[in-house]
Amino acid sequence: MPKIKIAENTVQLIREICTKYGNEEGELINVLHNVQDKLGYLPAEVQEVIARELNIPVARIYGVVTFYSFFSMLPKGEHPISVCMGTACYVRGSEQVLEEFKRQLKIDVGQTTPDGKFSLGSLRCVGACGLAPVVMVGEKVYGRVSPQQVRKILSDYIIGCPHSES
Amino acid sequence: MNTIKLTIDNKSVEAAQGTTILDAAASVGINIPTLCHMKLHDMSIENRPGGCRVCVVEVDGRRNLAPACVTEVTEGMNIKTHSIRVINARRTVTELILSDHPFDCLVCAKSGNCELQALAQKLGIREIHYKGEQSHYREDTSPAIIREMDKCILCRRCEMMCNEVQTVGVLSAINRGFITVVSPAFEMNLDHSVCTYCGQCVAVCPTGALTEVDHTGAVIRALSDPNKTVIVQTAPAVRAALGEEFGLEPGSLVTGKMAAALRQLGFDYVFDTDFAADLTIMEEGTELLSRLNKHLQGDKSVKLPILTSCCPAWVKFFEHQFPDLIDIPSTARSPQQMFGAIAKNYFANNIQVDRENLVVVSIMPCLAKKYECARDEFAEKGNPDVDFAITTRELAQLIKLANIDFNALPEEEFDNPLGESTGAGVIFGTTGGVIEAAVRTAYELHTGKPLPKIDFEELRGMEGIRHATIDFNGLDLNIGIAHGLGNARKLLEDIRNGKSDFHAIEIMSCPGGCIGGGGQPYHHGDAEILKKRQEALYREDKSKPIRKSHENPYIKKIYEEFLGHPLSEISHHLLHTEYFDRSKK
Amino acid sequence: MTEFKTHIMVCGGTGCRASQSEKIRQNLNTAIQEYGLEDDVQVVMTGCFGFCEKGPVVKIIPDNTFYVQVKPEDADLIIQEHIIKGRKVSHLLYEDPKTKEMVSDSKHMDFYKKQIRIALRNCGFINPENIDEYIARDGYAALGKVLTEMTPEQVIAEMKQSGLRGRGGGGFPTGLKWEITRKSQNDQKYVVCNADEGDPGAFMDRSILEGDPNSVIEAMAICGYCIGANQGLVYIRAEYPLAIDRLRTALKQAREYGLLGKDILGTGFNFDIELRYGAGAFVCGEETALIHSMEGLRGEPTFKPPFPAVSGYKGKPTNVNNVETFANVPVIINKGANWFNKIGSEKSKGTKVFALAGKINNVGLIEVPMGTTLREVIYEIGGGIKDGKKFKAVQTGGPSGGCLTEKHLDTPIDFDNLIAAGSMMGSGGMIVMDEDSCMVSIAKFYLEFTLDESCGKCAPCRIGNKRLHEILNKITQGNGTKTDLDRLRLLGNVIKDCSLCGLGQTSPNPVLSTLTNFYNEYIDHVENHKCSAGQCKALLKYVIDPEICTGCTLCFRNCPVGAISGEKKSPHSIDQSLCIKCGACYEKCKFNAIRIA
Repeated sequence: MPKIKIAENTVQLIREICTKYGNEEGELINVLHNVQDKLGYLPAEVQEVIARELNIPVARIYGVVTFYSFFSMLPKGEHPISVCMGTACYVRGSEQVLEEFKRQLKIDVGQTTPDGKFSLGSLRCVGACGLAPVVMVGEKVYGRVSPQQVRKILSDYIIGCPHSES
Repeated sequence: MNTIKLTIDNKSVEAAQGTTILDAAASVGINIPTLCHMKLHDMSIENRPGGCRVCVVEVDGRRNLAPACVTEVTEGMNIKTHSIRVINARRTVTELILSDHPFDCLVCAKSGNCELQALAQKLGIREIHYKGEQSHYREDTSPAIIREMDKCILCRRCEMMCNEVQTVGVLSAINRGFITVVSPAFEMNLDHSVCTYCGQCVAVCPTGALTEVDHTGAVIRALSDPNKTVIVQTAPAVRAALGEEFGLEPGSLVTGKMAAALRQLGFDYVFDTDFAADLTIMEEGTELLSRLNKHLQGDKSVKLPILTSCCPAWVKFFEHQFPDLIDIPSTARSPQQMFGAIAKNYFANNIQVDRENLVVVSIMPCLAKKYECARDEFAEKGNPDVDFAITTRELAQLIKLANIDFNALPEEEFDNPLGESTGAGVIFGTTGGVIEAAVRTAYELHTGKPLPKIDFEELRGMEGIRHATIDFNGLDLNIGIAHGLGNARKLLEDIRNGKSDFHAIEIMSCPGGCIGGGGQPYHHGDAEILKKRQEALYREDKSKPIRKSHENPYIKKIYEEFLGHPLSEISHHLLHTEYFDRSKK
Repeated sequence: MTEFKTHIMVCGGTGCRASQSEKIRQNLNTAIQEYGLEDDVQVVMTGCFGFCEKGPVVKIIPDNTFYVQVKPEDADLIIQEHIIKGRKVSHLLYEDPKTKEMVSDSKHMDFYKKQIRIALRNCGFINPENIDEYIARDGYAALGKVLTEMTPEQVIAEMKQSGLRGRGGGGFPTGLKWEITRKSQNDQKYVVCNADEGDPGAFMDRSILEGDPNSVIEAMAICGYCIGANQGLVYIRAEYPLAIDRLRTALKQAREYGLLGKDILGTGFNFDIELRYGAGAFVCGEETALIHSMEGLRGEPTFKPPFPAVSGYKGKPTNVNNVETFANVPVIINKGANWFNKIGSEKSKGTKVFALAGKINNVGLIEVPMGTTLREVIYEIGGGIKDGKKFKAVQTGGPSGGCLTEKHLDTPIDFDNLIAAGSMMGSGGMIVMDEDSCMVSIAKFYLEFTLDESCGKCAPCRIGNKRLHEILNKITQGNGTKTDLDRLRLLGNVIKDCSLCGLGQTSPNPVLSTLTNFYNEYIDHVENHKCSAGQCKALLKYVIDPEICTGCTLCFRNCPVGAISGEKKSPHSIDQSLCIKCGACYEKCKFNAIRIA
């Protein structure tokens, strides 16, 4: 894992979040949510700061971060794409949609494109089963997505970006 | 406590409320196989995640099978521990565990000592019907411990020991589902972590996932090198456990046979770490008195309590976790390292062998000793004071390798001068022993009077934290004892918070002290074994003609000939050390 | 809600918002201003109406006109025609698929006719961000009644009398649970609401929290009063931002109104609620895992007993109920246990919310009395199978449930009947499958979910499900044998029998139930190497019919691996040894010359 150095003001931010939760170990998940909210991800160095602040072993934090799928140790793309793999979407063909995203972006689930523009993930159920299959790009929900529409969806985010690949 | 009546395999059983099915069955001689479960009764150490599901039994009225290790008995329960349904489930679950386990048994360090192997044998498993993907992890080698997590069955005993008992917190379960494994943070190597190498994870691992770094090959090479003089020291706890490897009852003392075996193996001199233990008492005891006197005279720069420093895992623990307190422990080196320094700086001269050609091997009940002898400060120009530390288990392996009929060996003596020791040195191997040895000497040095009684029963036992007050001729000396790093942490936190009124504290990392060390024959969860080893050491102490370190004639001699007096300049150079703040990277 | 003559209710559920219902609201407001109707007409963003298939939904009150599939540009028309001229906008009305007539009142739609809405009573009727609207519909009356007129024992007796059972899946009697927690002696106790809804395809809890958060808050306070707790915690999925927002707003308003906090309604009862966030672990729906997660640990379940009612959050007695269970509580108190227990079947009282999804015409959220048959749900409420295809199976109970067939269609749905049929109620997911669904693949799909979500603590679930999945994979690849089918059954039963928690104990259900109900389909896969649904790619064979093929070369040009050859204007053929079964040729062919064999 490449080591990164985190800035002093980031350390300060993490400290403030920990203090907000009374530096209590029981609040670990709230702290992780908050920090990931602010930083986008939870790299090792960030977990080490949290371990010091909450006075718990960093192994335990890593154990928690790797347990929950919501937490990520890698930065997400500028436009995180999530394909719903809930049952309703699955029976209406979300697997093929996901395959098409993989093919177009040339990345696998959990990865980010080399230009940092898109990351691809699958999620359980956004609860928009009436629109199945559903894809989320950032906060935006696309319903009744077919594999053919994938290119069109991506192009919404590529236009105007000179460095992007088609 | 209410008594509960139930039926197990058609036998009527009575058990106290809160008893598990496993224990209730055991009370009537019904043995339910287990794998992840482990209970060290007297030390209130218990691992029962209910994860392996090998101990499942059939309980009337229950939809599914019940894990015997965590299910408590209830009135009128009717249990079948070996019905066809149970046997089928148990075998299938075991097959599943084996299906994700490498078939390395022929060359596995744990072969013959593996609880999974024993279980498969017991259940008569001859074929794995479920084949598929197996877990693969990078092997992690550190100075003392090897992690081969392909062999991990997720019993979580190591995690429990590391977190709950030792509070070191290096290991945690990570990931989830099929890729769950126990690991340090970020899957880093142990030597980058705050691991103390106490080896308690190794001591409880049921399979070959956690083992010690094997130095037997290096020792054989040294023994076969005609240019090397190879000397050996044996730690006190080894003699009380080595016999177990040869089928002797736990608690058998094999001091004499061990000396004979080492001689047969080809060691040029067979010495005793107990000698260095006596030396440690001279240095540490004198340091205690000196600090005590200065403190009593009002010198606020001198801090109390003084903490023992014989245990390398404990040293690494406070260097990582309590760097603000590194000026409190005694500066005395551990007996292993005192021995090494004396061997290479004194004994080598005596026998006129170059330091480089003198190989010092130590037989230790401990894994952290492997790490300790590799610390930079215990070497001169790259040549370590102690070259190799091997465990009790490794020594047994060497003896078996050389086809020595251990049980038929005669009782032999250690060589001199570094083989002579007192009863005080022997009890270093058990919790409470170091401080008792120190008190025996410090009392007489402080008061100038002979001890009214040598045995300090008040310092003995298996309680995790103990304390006693010893009357030093009018001065009440408050003594604390902790074994297990979690207990040590409690005492350290009191010191940090100014709530401690101890003058001296003995700390040993392993539950029970060195007798329960990570390098000892596997106890497989039987705490009685530790007690018997402890009793053996007190027995040996009692049988010794000299039982106070300062009365050891060879100790007197080495001060006269070489060291001068305790805390002398040469002592400082060879027998004392310094500690480092390891909390920052 | 009386100041305005007309209310326009716009569905603000996640599904309709994804279809721009927020924009519809804005446009409606713009039009209202344009025509100067601000004093007469109010636009209200509500919770989910349930009829997600036809979203976004807009409903006009008081005349109950129900507009479906509304677009933002329809807003102006609705104001001009319906509000100003009093004429219904006919093209936005719902067309009954059978009679082809336009239906304007939702009461007359098949989708709503058989529904009784108790837990969902306020969803779609009130603005969930305004506590006054909840109060106007008897909100907090139950809390008031409980605190001033009833002892905790009386409330518990009422709950027991009602027959309400936990809606999270277990079906444990709620009143009994409360009673056990009440009897646990401790200075501190907790009420926990399990809102970590994780069944893929089930979203009733989210809809309740989005549409009627106060009902849950009120019920938690009632529960706190009964068991002797002053602290409540809602464990909610972090993936539900809207529900979190609405819940936060409701909590704030409830505190302002003195319905939470110290000395509630002057009765001396103190109670407040905090939020805790899930982080994407299905197993945290299991109550011991949920509690560990709230304590900042890995969400691994532990053996019960001790039950949370005795030793739960921070080792204190804790009562855990799910959202839907709580949503029933205020109604039971207001209308009485004997009103409630007349609804439903003998051992399952009241109603159940189901999330109807899959290959069905009316996807959505429905609430029906326990004991309603699957046929009524699928064919009457659900409007039958999509595109006129044939019904094949319905999967209930989420990933831990089973697949039921034609022969179960007339089974009244309740806790016990579903278990007897080899499935379970679960949290109420109901996925309908048609003839195009391969049951082996479906079983594999569910198992993939379980594999992903297994916590890894116990061996049967961690390794056993992995092996089950590998065997299923082998079958869908065309390499399965009949022995594999026996292995599936044997292993599945051991996993059920030995796993630590509910997740593992139910994870083989989809495999075992499809093995039982669709054994021939498995046999077809292993003996004839055939997947009649055409879903198992490895078992497919694409062939070109030389009679139809015109030799246009379109397939040749689209084949990614060069498996197709042939001269221009003469029939082409596919080299089966090269074909990767991607289906590109099949989709591109304009003459339907390519067949799946």
